[in-house]
Formats: sequence, C-alpha cells, structure tokens
Amino acid sequence: MSSLSATIQNVFNEPGCGKNANKSEAERKKGCTKQLQPGGAAGGCAFDGAKVALQPLTDVAHLVHGPIACEGNSWDNRGAASSGSQIWRTGFTTDINETDVVFGGEKRLYKAIKEIIEKYDPPAVFVYQTCVPAMTGDDINAVCKAASAKFGKPCIPVNSPGFVGPKNLGNKLAGEALLDHVIGTVEPEVTTPYDLNIIGEYNLSGELWQVKPLFDELGIRISACISGDGRYKDVASSHRARAAMMVCSKAMINVARKMEERYGIPFFEGSFYGIQDSSDSLREIARLLVERGAPADLLDRTEAVIAREEAKAWAAIEPFKKRLTGKKVLLITGGVKSWSVVAALQEAGMELVGTSVKKSTKEDKERIKELMGQDAHMIDDMAPREMYKMLKDAKADIMLSGGKSQFVALKAAMPWLDINQERSHAFMGYIGMVKLVAEIDKAIYNPMWEQLRKRAPWETASNNWQAKAIAQANAEAAALAADPVAAEAARRAKKICHCKSVDLGTIEDAIKTHGLTDVAGVRTHTNASGGCGACAGRVEDILAAQKAPTAPLLQAAE
Amino acid sequence: MAKVTIGKKACAVNPLKMSQPIGGSFAFLGLRGAMPLLHGSQGCTSFGLTLFVRHFKEAVPMQTTAMSEVATVLGGYENVEQAILNIHKRQKPEIIGICSTGVTETKGDDVDGYIRLIREKHPELANYPLVYVSTPDFKDAFQDGWEKTVAKMVEVLVDKPTSTRRDPVRVNVLPGCHLTPGDIEELRTIFEDFGLEPSFLPDIGGSLDGHIPDEFTPTTIGGIGLEEIAVMGSASWTIAIGAQMKRAAEAMQAKTGVPYRLFERLCGLLPNDEFMTFLSEISGRPVPAKYRRQRGQLADAMLDAHFHIGGRKLAIGAEPDLLFDVAGMLHDMGAEISVAITTTQSPVLERMPCEEVLIGDLEDLETLARERDCGLMMTHSHGRQAAARLKIPFYRIGFPMFDRLGAGHLLTVGYRGTRDLIFALANLVIADREDNHQPTPDTWLDPWKDFQQASTDPAVVAPLH
Repeated sequence: MSSLSATIQNVFNEPGCGKNANKSEAERKKGCTKQLQPGGAAGGCAFDGAKVALQPLTDVAHLVHGPIACEGNSWDNRGAASSGSQIWRTGFTTDINETDVVFGGEKRLYKAIKEIIEKYDPPAVFVYQTCVPAMTGDDINAVCKAASAKFGKPCIPVNSPGFVGPKNLGNKLAGEALLDHVIGTVEPEVTTPYDLNIIGEYNLSGELWQVKPLFDELGIRISACISGDGRYKDVASSHRARAAMMVCSKAMINVARKMEERYGIPFFEGSFYGIQDSSDSLREIARLLVERGAPADLLDRTEAVIAREEAKAWAAIEPFKKRLTGKKVLLITGGVKSWSVVAALQEAGMELVGTSVKKSTKEDKERIKELMGQDAHMIDDMAPREMYKMLKDAKADIMLSGGKSQFVALKAAMPWLDINQERSHAFMGYIGMVKLVAEIDKAIYNPMWEQLRKRAPWETASNNWQAKAIAQANAEAAALAADPVAAEAARRAKKICHCKSVDLGTIEDAIKTHGLTDVAGVRTHTNASGGCGACAGRVEDILAAQKAPTAPLLQAAE
Repeated sequence: MAKVTIGKKACAVNPLKMSQPIGGSFAFLGLRGAMPLLHGSQGCTSFGLTLFVRHFKEAVPMQTTAMSEVATVLGGYENVEQAILNIHKRQKPEIIGICSTGVTETKGDDVDGYIRLIREKHPELANYPLVYVSTPDFKDAFQDGWEKTVAKMVEVLVDKPTSTRRDPVRVNVLPGCHLTPGDIEELRTIFEDFGLEPSFLPDIGGSLDGHIPDEFTPTTIGGIGLEEIAVMGSASWTIAIGAQMKRAAEAMQAKTGVPYRLFERLCGLLPNDEFMTFLSEISGRPVPAKYRRQRGQLADAMLDAHFHIGGRKLAIGAEPDLLFDVAGMLHDMGAEISVAITTTQSPVLERMPCEEVLIGDLEDLETLARERDCGLMMTHSHGRQAAARLKIPFYRIGFPMFDRLGAGHLLTVGYRGTRDLIFALANLVIADREDNHQPTPDTWLDPWKDFQQASTDPAVVAPLH
C-alpha cells in the first residue's frame, strides 16, 4: 500500500489549490478533506468518489473488484448521459467470496477481466480496488499489468479503496489513475488549434449538450471531456489539446494542473452554471485558445455568440420576472453552485435569503458576499430543524438544494428544486439557467402547496409536528433570552473545529489568555484547525472579531 | 371556471361516449340476483355485453327483448312479455331491470304500460320485482343511464319507512358509475372502520369484483339484495358520490326523509379530508389511526410525484364525474388541464379547473392534444391509438378498459386510492422520459424555440446588470 499512500500524499500536495498552498507543511500532510468522524459521517467513500468521477466514461467497462456491496449496492445510479455506448451502465464486479478473501482474489479478477473482454470487447477495462481486497493484499496493479499484456487491451487500475478517505479524495485518486495510465498513451488522429479539454464535467442529464452547440458553432472542438460522455480514446489522447477548462470546483484539479505541468496545457476554472459564468467561461476559452495559436477572430466570434445568447436568455427570463419578483430563495448546496446561480435568480427578480457555505471555499464565500451584499445570510451546517424554521417563518418561498436536504423542505410543504447531481433537469449554459428559472416558477406556483399546508382535519394548531418543532425552537430561544448566562454558554459552545472538537469559547479564551493573533497560534494552543483545516477561515473571523469587536462578523449567521 | 362547449361536428370520430342503456344495465349489475334486460334489438344487448365482458373479464348476465323489424313497427309488448316470462322461468332472477333503447323509444313503446298489462295477465308476476327505466340511446350518455336507473331503483325498491326511528349506524351509499368495484370495496372498508354499516346501491363491488363464485348462477353473482334496499329508509344518512347521484339521493330523501350529503370528489387530499371529517361527525368516532397514516402517505406521494406531474399538460377524456374528480386532483398537483373532453352535460363541468370543457369525441381529444402539445393522455382504452400517434404517455381511466387487466380494481377514491393513482401516473411519466426523452447531443441545438422571446436583437435587449 506504500504506493497508494504516496499517491494520497501527492494529491494532498496540490499547488493548484489556493487553500492547500496556504497550509503549512504539517497541515498539508493531514490532507485536504475533513477527517471522518465515526457516528458523524454522511458522505460517500473514496471508492464512491473514484467511481463517480470515472464512470461517465461511456465506452469503458468499469469492473469493481470487491464484495457485492461495493458495486451491487451502487450500480447504475447516476444521471450522466451518453451519446454512444451504454457499457458504462453495465455493472461489473468480481463479487468476491470467502475463498477469495482467504486465498486472494487476484485470479478471479484476472478471469473477470478476461470474460469482460471476450464478451463485451470494450476499448479499456477500469478496475476499481475496494477495501476488502486492499486489506487482503490483492495487487490490482499487477493484475492489470498482466491482463493488459495478455489481452492487448488497456486495463487501468483505480486504486481508491473506500477506507482511505471520503468521496472527494476518491475524485482525485481517480484523476491520478487517468494521469498515470490513460492520458498521453494514444496519439490523436487529428489535432486542431481549437482543441479543448473539459475536466470535471459529468454530463449529468446531458447538460454538456446545452453548451456544446455553442462550441460547435465557434468551431471549438472538445478533444476530451473528463469524464462526461467521455470516450477512452479521447481521454487517452487528450494531452494534445490546446487548453482546458476545469469545471467542477476542485474535484479534479490535480488532473488539470498536472496536464499543464506535463503537457503545457493551460487551464482555467470556470462554470457554465449561470449566464454571466457561461459568458466568462466562453471568453476565457477563446482567450486561452488564441493565446495558444488559434486565429484571433475567435475572440470576436465568441463575443458575438455571447451577445446573442445573453440577449436571448434575458429575454426568455423576462416573462418570469412578473411572477417571481420578490420571491425568496434559500440555496443550500455545495461549492461552486452556491454563487453561480445567484445572478440569474436575482435577474428574475428573486431575492436570495440564504445560501449554504457547506462545501464552498473561502473564495466562494467572498463571491457570494459580492453578489448579495454584506448581509448575506450564509448557513453553515444548518440543522434540519433550523432549515425548517427558516422556511416556515416565510423567509423563503423555495429551497434549492441537493437531494439529501429535500425532505426538510418537502415535509414542511415548501417548494423545493433539486440542483445537485441527482436532478433530472439540465441547468447548464444559457438555456439551462432559463430552464432553472422556469422550473422554479413551476414549483412555486404549484397549487399543491396550499393544500399540503392545510392541517389534517384531526389536527389542531398545536398538535402537529410543525407546531411542535417551532414551539421547541422558540422555547429554547426564550430560555436563552431569559438567561444571559446560558445564552453566553450556548454561544460559546458552538463547535468551530469539527475534527478536533473545539468550541468557540475555548478559542476565545485562548486568544485572550495568550494574546494570539494568527491561526497557527490558535492551533498550537487549542488544536483548532489542526484537522482538515476547513475551519481556518472561521478561526480567522474569530481572531478579527476579538481584535476589533465592532467589525462586521463574517461568521455564519445563526 | 370552464366554458362548456358542445362539439359542432356532424360526425363523431372515435367516440368517447357509451350509450345510456348500457349505463342503466350497469347499475342493475350491482343488484344481487339481477338480470338486466335491454328492450331493443339483439345488437343493443350484445354490444353492451361485449363491452362489460371485455372490461371486467367476467361472465355478465344481460338479456334482450330481441326486437325484430316487424315487432319494432307494431310495438314491442309481446317481446317484453315473452322476455320477462322466459327469464322468470329460466334464469329465475330476483329482479329484472329493463332499459329501453333507441329503437323502442323511437317507436314510442310504453313499457310502463306493458308491465302493468303483464302483471295483470300473469298473476305470478303481480309482485315480481321489475324496474323499468327509459334510456333512449339517442339522448344523454352512459353516466346519465346510471343516474336515472339508480334514481328509479330508489323510487321503486325502497319502502316508505313505517317509523321515524333511524338506525344511527346504517348509512346508504349511492356511488356514481365512475367508481370501480375496487373503489366500492375501499369505501366499504372506510365506512366499517368508522363503525358504520353501509348499504351500497348499486353494489358492483359485490358482483363485479372478479371473484370466483361458489356456484354457477345465470344472474349477477353478488351485489345488494332487494331486502336490504327495501329498508334503506331507516338509515341515518345517505351519502351520494359524484354529482350524478344527486338525483337518486333526492329521490331517497323525498321518499324516506333520510338526509343526504353529496361528495362530488373522493380523489385528492382535501376531498378526503372532508369525507373523513363527515364520517367522524356522523359516526361520533375519531378518524382511525389507519387513515391518519394514509393521509400522510398521500401527502408524501404528492410531494414525490409533483416533480413529474407538475406543469405537465394533460389531455383527458372522461364522463363528467370522473373527469371532474381526476382532473381536479391532477390540477391540485400542478398539472395543466389543457384539453378536457366529456360525454354529457353536468353541473360540475363549469367548475372544472380549465378554460374549456368540450362535449366531444376522441378525435377532438387527439386534435387538441396535438395542438396544445400535451404530455399525458387519460381516457378509456379507445384512446390508445391517439396516444400512440401523439407519442405521449397514456393512462387508462373509465369504461371500457379492454386491453389491460384489473380494470375492476383500479382505485381513485380515498387517501390510499389517490396515492396509488398518483404513483401510477408519475411512474408512467418517468418511464416515458426514460424510453422516449433521453437527452442527446442534439436536444439543445435550438434551445430557444420553447421560450417566448420578447426580442432577439442584442442591441434592444441588453443584459440588465
């Protein structure tokens, strides 16, 4: 496993990531992801992360080496779309048994690869390592190497067993597998000055195709999309592209950066969620391609397309303005999407009453502030009951979030729209943003809500669950208001560092007692931010507040 | 508020409507030991019989007066007499229900007069239960035939109560013809769970629920018995389901003084809230935990399904009460009732949640569904060709449903019935998306065509920020 741990250390050392670059050597070693907390972890594992990142490669057989749980419980559960092969949706697993655990499963894996190649003849087989064979010591690298040599077909080991970390680490390990074994192994048949890689885009609900017609119009060729609607050969020859766009926040930044390092392909981080973002991204793509030798008229042609599409999009949003002006939106989602849809929602007249910063980076937060003003109400790790209270207090007319928090909104009989990966609608590019606005309109004006908000005939105002939740919340608030000591205790008890379980009071005391002025000092004395480092921003805010108590708090509002 | 339009076409194409005598006979099929008798030519009965057999996949008793050309011209007294005597002798039903048809109404046969003469002539038939309903084919529709027949049953078969004492647990239930045997069973369970003893008139739940009978019988194999109908006057309440049942409920009130409550809808959340509240009031019992739980399940089903049903343009063709109930429920869930076609007049039509209700046919349904770009079609089995041509998902409701099994057990009533209907519809929409609407690289080649464009000139409409 030494090579795996080396790879993990390697992805933790990510100079392309601003957050990572600001860490100390020791901090960096600990990795860029939250340490998993027994009893408190909800996300997927590293295997899951690797699989979802690579699975949209459509013509590849994805073989999971492990017991039935890993593939049996998770196959064909993603909404990525393919324009060709459907083999990526076929569930392949070695389904190892006790004998394999005791005597090793390498032979079974080898045979499985052989069967797949004989029956399905894919251009490549991706082999995913999982926890159990990783523990028993099955060497999938060796098996893949032998199989590749024997069958003359690339067999790609993806070393990302679940227990090495959370999903987003798996995304990066998937990227490493591509970098080590796929990218640069095939020379493209043709190249053009307009060749572009798109990295970290999964073509969910086919939304890449909302943007691709614009590329086609401009003559920009997607040499490889990693990995949505991707083909093995395209990815293998993607090292000859002229420029790259990295889409999904930081999930595959290692791929983008190392391709820049190894093959001189410049990249930028962009998004096609939101009208402004789409225009910015198109401009940036044109700029990079022209810089790398594409004819300069691409810039003007791009501007013309942008002007036309923006006009059409704003015109299409216009009719919704009447109906949506003043409607309040609560946006709970991770990372890049928090800010990228804000502008379009505001354009339709909607007001953003809050947005989560759960997975957003500090820059994301800054962008939200820029767009929403200083009073941005950012909700950090909002508890379901608080979310409900917020919706209930009529502060929001609709909640946009991922699938997992939908039930809070729905059970509270509040409109909700899925904007994360499980969604069935495509929201990318200009048309996508208009569709989003149309979907919001549809959800808000559904007459069903009024019916659902009515109490059941046998319920009184005080004995339904909604009333109970509000009463409980109010009682707690009242108790705190009546008791300044308890209120202060509650304020101080707010958990700042989840990894090391450090609360606000401890940090404030340490700052006062030791006259601390920076995050490193706080870490030395309290251990806060000594885990994943995600709370460093919060600690900075506390430091700032302690220094100048009148300065506006950047901290997540309660 | 909908405008009710009557189609102006001379030629009905792909009819939605079934005839009135068939609706009348259907009501008789809900009586125990009954034999419906159509006074008309053989075909009047055999077509109706075929419809019922294909719909329920059951043996259905139905007889004809087999009017010949000569008999039609000269009058059908002898045919009616012969038919009654033969049926009385051979099948020995407890009751014969007679519906007239187009032929005999055109001639103007006085069947009530015939029956009086037959009773005089044949003393053994003097008190034999015979109920006659005038149901000309050329007027009204299936639902009207049912409506008139049930009202007539009340007038003829229910005894005037001899005392003013009412049995507090007994309730009369007058279900419309849009309810299936499964719906009737569901309602029976609900009443019983409130400690009430319901008498369904008619009770197709007992006769057409597709059970295997213990013995062969040439008449209906279940349904409400005449002795139970006779004492309906001692019930505490009459509950009519569907606006079509108002006539029978009023007849019941006029004859027996039993007050009635009409429920125009039992599909959907609020209609069932009202229903539960009413049952709780008249029974003096709280709503059983089972239904509290079912309400939650329905609310949850609505939440889960509204993503698929909300905003969908629906083309629906059904008889007025079914139309009002199902379209109303779907409107409540955010569907757009783009096309509503029905068969006959009804006071509920103008309260439909759409702009227009057309009394028309399946050609109208198809044409308008195409024009208005509908994404879901609901009507009886004959809509299958239209839906196939339009390539839109198709859900079968109403009568007849001859090309799928289990027509008798489909539910629309109650929290649970609504829940199941919602899931079935949402699944249909999901399957349609999977089968026919997967995104492709060409899906968004011309993305703006669906959107209203104020202006496409970038100089005129500049970004507003």
